[in-house]
Amino acid sequence: MAKGIMYINGERVPFDGEPNVLAVIRKAGIEMPTFCYYSDLSVYGACRMCVVEDERGKIETSCSMQPRDGLKIRTNTARLLKHRRMILELMLASHNCSCTTCQKSGSCHLQDLAVQFGINTVRFGDNRECGEFDDTSPAIVRDPTKCILCGDCVRVCSENIGMNIIDFAHRGYNMQVTPAFGRKMSETKCVSCGQCSAVCPTGAITVYNQIGPAWRAIHDPSKRVVVQIAPAVRVAVGEAFGLAPGRNALDQLVSALKLMGVDEVYDTTFGADFTTIEEGTEFLQRLEKGGPFPMFTSCCPAWVKYLEQENPKYLKHISTCKSPMQMFASILKDRYAKKDQEDGRTTFHIAIMPCTAKKMEAARPEFRQPDGTPAVDLVLTTKEIIKMVQESGIHLTELEYESPDLPFGLGSGAGTIYGTTGGVAEAVVRFCLPDKSKNVLRELKYSPLRGNKAIRVAVIRVGDRDVHLAIVHGLANAQKLLREIEAGNAYFDLVEVMTCQGGCVGGAGQPHGVKQDKQDRGEGLYALDRSAPFKRAERNPVVAAFLKDYSEEHRHELLHVEYSSGPDMN
Amino acid sequence: MPEMNRERLEVRRVKDKRALSYQKRQVLLCAGTGCIAGGALKLYDYIKEECTCRGLDVFVGLTQEGEAEDAAEAKGDGVYLKKSGCHGFCEMGPLVQIEPEGILYTHVQLEDCDEIIERTILKGEVVERLLYELDGVKYTTHSDIPFYHRQHRVVLANCGTIDAEDIDEYLAKDGYTAFEKALFEMTDEAICKEILDSGLRGRGGGGFPAGRKWDSVRKQPKGKKYVVCNGDEGDPGAFMDRSIMEGNPHSIIEGMLIAALAAGSDEGYIYVRAEYPLAVARLKTAIAKAEELNLLGDRILGTDFSFHLHVNRGAGAFVCGEGSALTASIEGNRGMPRVKPPRTVEHGLWAQPTVLNNVETLSAVPLIIRNGSAWFKSIGTESSPGTKAFALTGNVVNTGLIEVPMGATLRQIIFDIGGGIKDGKKFKAVQIGGPSGGCLTEEHLDMPLDFDSLKKLGAMIGSGGLVVMDEDTCMVEVARFFMNFTQNESCGKCVPCREGTRRMLEILTRIVNNEGSLEDLDLLEELSATISETALCGLGQSACKPVQSTLKYFRDEYLAHVVDKHCPHCNGRKKVLQIDPELCKGCGKCMRQCPMEAITGQIRMPHVIDTEKCIKCGACWGCCPFGAIREE
Repeated sequence: MAKGIMYINGERVPFDGEPNVLAVIRKAGIEMPTFCYYSDLSVYGACRMCVVEDERGKIETSCSMQPRDGLKIRTNTARLLKHRRMILELMLASHNCSCTTCQKSGSCHLQDLAVQFGINTVRFGDNRECGEFDDTSPAIVRDPTKCILCGDCVRVCSENIGMNIIDFAHRGYNMQVTPAFGRKMSETKCVSCGQCSAVCPTGAITVYNQIGPAWRAIHDPSKRVVVQIAPAVRVAVGEAFGLAPGRNALDQLVSALKLMGVDEVYDTTFGADFTTIEEGTEFLQRLEKGGPFPMFTSCCPAWVKYLEQENPKYLKHISTCKSPMQMFASILKDRYAKKDQEDGRTTFHIAIMPCTAKKMEAARPEFRQPDGTPAVDLVLTTKEIIKMVQESGIHLTELEYESPDLPFGLGSGAGTIYGTTGGVAEAVVRFCLPDKSKNVLRELKYSPLRGNKAIRVAVIRVGDRDVHLAIVHGLANAQKLLREIEAGNAYFDLVEVMTCQGGCVGGAGQPHGVKQDKQDRGEGLYALDRSAPFKRAERNPVVAAFLKDYSEEHRHELLHVEYSSGPDMN
Repeated sequence: MPEMNRERLEVRRVKDKRALSYQKRQVLLCAGTGCIAGGALKLYDYIKEECTCRGLDVFVGLTQEGEAEDAAEAKGDGVYLKKSGCHGFCEMGPLVQIEPEGILYTHVQLEDCDEIIERTILKGEVVERLLYELDGVKYTTHSDIPFYHRQHRVVLANCGTIDAEDIDEYLAKDGYTAFEKALFEMTDEAICKEILDSGLRGRGGGGFPAGRKWDSVRKQPKGKKYVVCNGDEGDPGAFMDRSIMEGNPHSIIEGMLIAALAAGSDEGYIYVRAEYPLAVARLKTAIAKAEELNLLGDRILGTDFSFHLHVNRGAGAFVCGEGSALTASIEGNRGMPRVKPPRTVEHGLWAQPTVLNNVETLSAVPLIIRNGSAWFKSIGTESSPGTKAFALTGNVVNTGLIEVPMGATLRQIIFDIGGGIKDGKKFKAVQIGGPSGGCLTEEHLDMPLDFDSLKKLGAMIGSGGLVVMDEDTCMVEVARFFMNFTQNESCGKCVPCREGTRRMLEILTRIVNNEGSLEDLDLLEELSATISETALCGLGQSACKPVQSTLKYFRDEYLAHVVDKHCPHCNGRKKVLQIDPELCKGCGKCMRQCPMEAITGQIRMPHVIDTEKCIKCGACWGCCPFGAIREE
């Protein structure tokens, strides 16, 4: 990696391993505007906002410039500012500027920069023909009139997720981002991970908004609104209210929800503990029976959908356990069926998730109750709940702390770390290891189960055999791992897959964050694990009591699911 | 066939040379795209049949497989019929050249063939009426015609004189000797040095020294490397590369082989415009023939050197002429340029080091290796040695393909070779380098044309299109035309080009329609500055050159449009084409001719022109048998 000193606007700035001049400029504390630069993705160089001028007056984009010793650049000459203003004006000219009613208003990057650069008039008229508005996906909504063609969504879908659902079509002024052949999102093999919406700088791709139905349910006296909150939400929701990424705001969110009129607030870690026990048991059984291996985790609905569509031969490898959200919902609805009858209210179950694919999962036919209604009535993302809190005029950080309700509000430390990559595997390993001492936990802490590498491999001795584990985040990396397994280059007993980078803390329902933010959130979850009164799922007294009550058949019916190969799109 | 090696190839070459020397009566039919469109292939078939009927021995191809040594000698009295490459004088096509006299017949039609056979082929007489005539003087032979004798044909020398589909003719003209020299007598370093010394600069536009490019690839770590030939000639009105690909495909293959030797590559691609089916066919034939002779493939001529060559048809986008878009297109991806660095020499096709040169550059390579760098440097100017082919079009008497030494002046090209302006009108400007170049005016007529002098003027040689414009041309309309082209061809990746060129076109259209304002001129300049300084690739950066140069040299014409609202050049010019429903019989001829599908209508009912789609090309006007098309 290159090391040296360069000069930015005359100031000496040392660099050491930064991938490009843009990163060095930002390190020097200069805010360089960009639309198409996203540090987790490849350099695209299309927005031309990050241009800099060198000594000879040559203009180049800093995102594609290599830092070298002695390089002298300026970031804000008159020419550069003029060009940036012109580029912004050109973008605005063909952008649907109905900002006040846009989903993204307030967090739109184009809006921010237009304000920052004082673009008050646009001298060109809009006459672009765009693709159609598309809200057929359960997870995201596409509004092509707002697309600035920066290509972030295209690259995230291809490079991180490996799905290539959307790409550019047509050329020049007629260029569009669209699924192949102008299909609707629902006609594609989109896994609903929503990462395209997470990186979209404008309102062209947004999370499917279900705030309206949520309010209606809360304000409906005939409904008992019961909420579960996923682990990853608590370490990100505070970011919108000035807290640092990773700071736990669960208890204040509980208070807020109560203020907003929610009847009962629970914690998804309770469901996660069931998942750990069920999945651990299943894994031990497979070890006994000899397979099929690798066993894949089933918590991530986007991953499940991917396997169904693209690799159905692995469906028998995937754990039969429902995801924590769905286990929670099954148990809840099972318990509350009688209660509903008694007091004449229906339970309306809202899950607050870091994830857009959960919206898709909740709507799956496998998770319908016997009466045809979904177990989870509504999934709200962290972003949506933030908006609802803001709409209620609540200052989250000033609220009193209030723990989630009992009995479904109690979870183990192992349940908490489900929200970060490696967490599910670690929870299952904690369950499977016969040694229940603290030393084991410490050992696991320093094992490859934790960390941020895309594919992590660990060997852990369970009983009399070595168990090979792989942890992978980013669906594209999972596809790579599958190819390795298929080619016979690798063997694993248990593979944890999370579609989003960083695991659920990096979900598309979370507030906008870069890699570091996602890592900080993950660290926040590990901190919560450290302070948890019990670290293992099987130590959860409520869970243990529940499980004792269930007959083997009932337990299977509530907690397990059989995925069948999805409809073939082609 | 025994495995080909250097000795056996030499034997074959000697045989081919002898065979060629025995050929007395040769009939060369230009089979370039232009002449084929004029019916050259029908002439070919007719002459072949007719000569056979008259009892003449007609031969196609130089030698036949397994033929005895002296067979060629015995055939000496027959007629050798050849489909040659483009002669360059496309204006006068279809062309028929008859050797050994060197008689050149122009505008030859089917009914002229009998006379040609009767008088010229059989008796050696000249058919006067088919000769080229200029200012009352008839020119019998090819080399006397001013259009030809003022040119300096080096790269195009064999285009038009050899049968493009016959590898033996190329061998007979010392073909592949440069490759042999490079293969057996030179090191990779020496080849790079020779090319570097020759000062050969890329003919595709930028003018980057080819030797330096090759050397960079050579110095890359060993491994898979590619040689790619850029035959995606997209400039409107340019057809130099097409003519070479059609007329002398083996020179490109030889050039690529030498480049591969220099760079250490074993695989190459020729990326050809999809609109050049003939070039694709000829290249494929040439590759197959070269493979037969073990000049391509594994263990070439018994050495350890292997080279596999593929032809890749383009997808029809101008931007695919840009290096990184071209490699992306070969890879099967969307043809969009990417940011550099890394450069193509480090990270080209399939992320491997790649030599990417244009057709004309590569076909100059065998000549340099064969004749030495000193010979090449003796042609042209100090900083831009060698020759350059230009496609001369527009309001000039002789349009066609020409080759002149670098440093030739516009006056020589337009007035000496091109024969001056059509209909005795005055010269106004010339657009050089197509939509990426600028316009030059009368004051530049005596300036030597080379890479650097043009760059200084804000124009560029580009791939070498020269569009000559006379005094009646409206320069604003010219700028609008080229902007329309780049706007259509923008890939859409970067904002300045995608959005900016569209806005430029809107403004220019407004100005042409006399609806613009003075502010529009400022806006044009502002947009030009942003686009040219911030666009991602060369296409975008040079997209505004036509506008910038016309604004510079012909500002008064812009002012005529925006201030006077009256342009003396555009005035009275067809504004809208319409069909007179009274006169239209609904024959549908115009509908079929219209390139924009702007005409609709039921058969035997009056047709209608959609003025939105109409580009006012006048094709309908020219073909209407009833004179129903009116200009309003």
